[in-house]
Amino acid sequence: MTRVNWNRVAPLLQRLGSVIGLLLLFIVLSVLSPDFLSASNLLSVLRQISVNALIAFGMTFVILAGGIDLSVGAILAFTGAITGGLLAAGHGVTVAVGAGLGLGLLLGMVNGVLVSWGRVAPFIATLGTLTLLRGLTLVYTQGTPIAAPNQGFALLGKGYLFHLVPLPVVLMFAAFGVCGFLLRGTVFGRHVMAIGGNEEAARLSGVRIAPMKLAIYGLSGLLSAFAGIVLTSRLDSAQPTAGVGYELDAIAAVVLGGTSLSGGRGWLFGTLVGALLIGFLNNGLNLLGVSSFYQQVVKGIVILIAVLLDRRK
Amino acid sequence: MRTLNFLTAAAVVLLSACSQQGPGDTSPAAAATAGGNAASGTPVIGLALSTQNNPFFVELKDGAQKAAKDAGVRLVVVDAQDDPARQISSVEDLIQKRVSVILLNPTDSSALAGAVQSAQRANIPVVTLDRGVDGAEVASHIASDNVAGGKMAADYLDKALGGKGNIIELQGVAGTSASRERGQGFDDAVAATGMKIVAKQPANFDRAQGLSVSENLLQGHADVQAIFAQNDEMALGAVQALTGKNKKVLVVGFDGTPDGKAAVQNGSMAATVAQQPEEIGRLGVETAKKLIDKQPVEKSIAVPLKLLTKE
Repeated sequence: MTRVNWNRVAPLLQRLGSVIGLLLLFIVLSVLSPDFLSASNLLSVLRQISVNALIAFGMTFVILAGGIDLSVGAILAFTGAITGGLLAAGHGVTVAVGAGLGLGLLLGMVNGVLVSWGRVAPFIATLGTLTLLRGLTLVYTQGTPIAAPNQGFALLGKGYLFHLVPLPVVLMFAAFGVCGFLLRGTVFGRHVMAIGGNEEAARLSGVRIAPMKLAIYGLSGLLSAFAGIVLTSRLDSAQPTAGVGYELDAIAAVVLGGTSLSGGRGWLFGTLVGALLIGFLNNGLNLLGVSSFYQQVVKGIVILIAVLLDRRK
Repeated sequence: MRTLNFLTAAAVVLLSACSQQGPGDTSPAAAATAGGNAASGTPVIGLALSTQNNPFFVELKDGAQKAAKDAGVRLVVVDAQDDPARQISSVEDLIQKRVSVILLNPTDSSALAGAVQSAQRANIPVVTLDRGVDGAEVASHIASDNVAGGKMAADYLDKALGGKGNIIELQGVAGTSASRERGQGFDDAVAATGMKIVAKQPANFDRAQGLSVSENLLQGHADVQAIFAQNDEMALGAVQALTGKNKKVLVVGFDGTPDGKAAVQNGSMAATVAQQPEEIGRLGVETAKKLIDKQPVEKSIAVPLKLLTKE
């Protein structure tokens, strides 16, 4: 009888833990709720998680590189408001969406500048931009929602592909494909991993840290803006307080997916699984009629288990 | 170049395959089975709340739960924590659960139209509580009778001041239905008495603005016997503006918030027109029950308000 070697089992368990957890949750919910396992419910959950997943994909890069981005929800709100404002002013979808995405990229890069050249801790830098952008959003919207009536724009959040698959789900998987390729198939992705593993070693082996961080936070900003645009479309309006607390949901998805908060180790597929876990948990507890107070308790416990698994390495 | 052409073609094909019509829209047969829980045993009513961090909505929920118990129906409560995106998701979950009726207390009137339409496509009637939804028809809307509440405040002052006196009115956010209706009820009732509204200005339902606007108006109008504020927050601001001035001005607020009620108890406010959230919840469930039993319901139900004074 040999003792279990935790050093070997833990990383594997951590990786597969999220997938196993998702499968277990799936089985339990299918048994408990007769409405759970239907195509329309599963598609509906996929649509519900799409905004969180888009943000979480960007967050995965940031966390893999050893950073954190608290400003994602605020970027989502601000870019959503600007996009909504441009649409309300009569601009076309291309202009409004293009401006929103461009702005998101820019705001993310501001985070990158603060973190790399400004040498501010990512937690503090993005906390600052979070507060700043929340304020700017309130200033711009005057605290009231901006209605964004535009048939074409409405498709982004409310449309369907082939009358079946919600468009936000299509966009989520498209972003997943692109981000997955960036992470696994490009030099950029390898450098992200290298920085998160050991920044000094990465620098010595020729990785240009500052431009990399600019790109990483820029990507996070871009995806947050994308999520903000989808959300604005889904709500028919840009809400001045949209996305409050979304940074925590995104971090939770990343951590649940088995990506290490200390950087350098993780995978994008895990983030998708993490977002699904949160989504199915919310959906299942709603279907079972569990009070929203207990829903938060359950979500907290699940996150704690994931973090404990993370510590076992 | 080839790849580009291919990508463009693919994009065009995909774009043309996009529509706002989802599954189920095309098959009315599937929709007819929705809401079918009513047939099998206890009917289920869904209540989608904007938040439970505000005593007003907690009381509303309590009223609904009590009524559901009495009516023998099951009530499933979902909470949006003031996030419209979360509320859309939870309304969708209620649709998947095939509840018989959805009672919706929207986080925001501009954001929930899509969710209401989804429910209607699934043949689930929606009743809005307290706040309405723009851009979608609902089976019924249940909210406080603000016009009657404004009249209530005017009648109280009429009695307290003996039919004459000068009044300052603090208005809410311009254009909101609450401000419009409360003002209309109050102004019309005052016009029928010997009292006079000497000044009227918006203070946006905000306590700090209630204070500064009252200070300014009291400067210009020394001979004032009463201040009517269209909510308790502004009324409490007016109370602060009056401290130190040694003359009696009756302040009447609106809503019956905990702070407002406390101010009425300690005598700094004369009265407040209190809403009855429990009653809104109760009427919501009763209306839902009627919809389940295929009885006709009123499109708009006004919930009476209650005047609170120190006695």
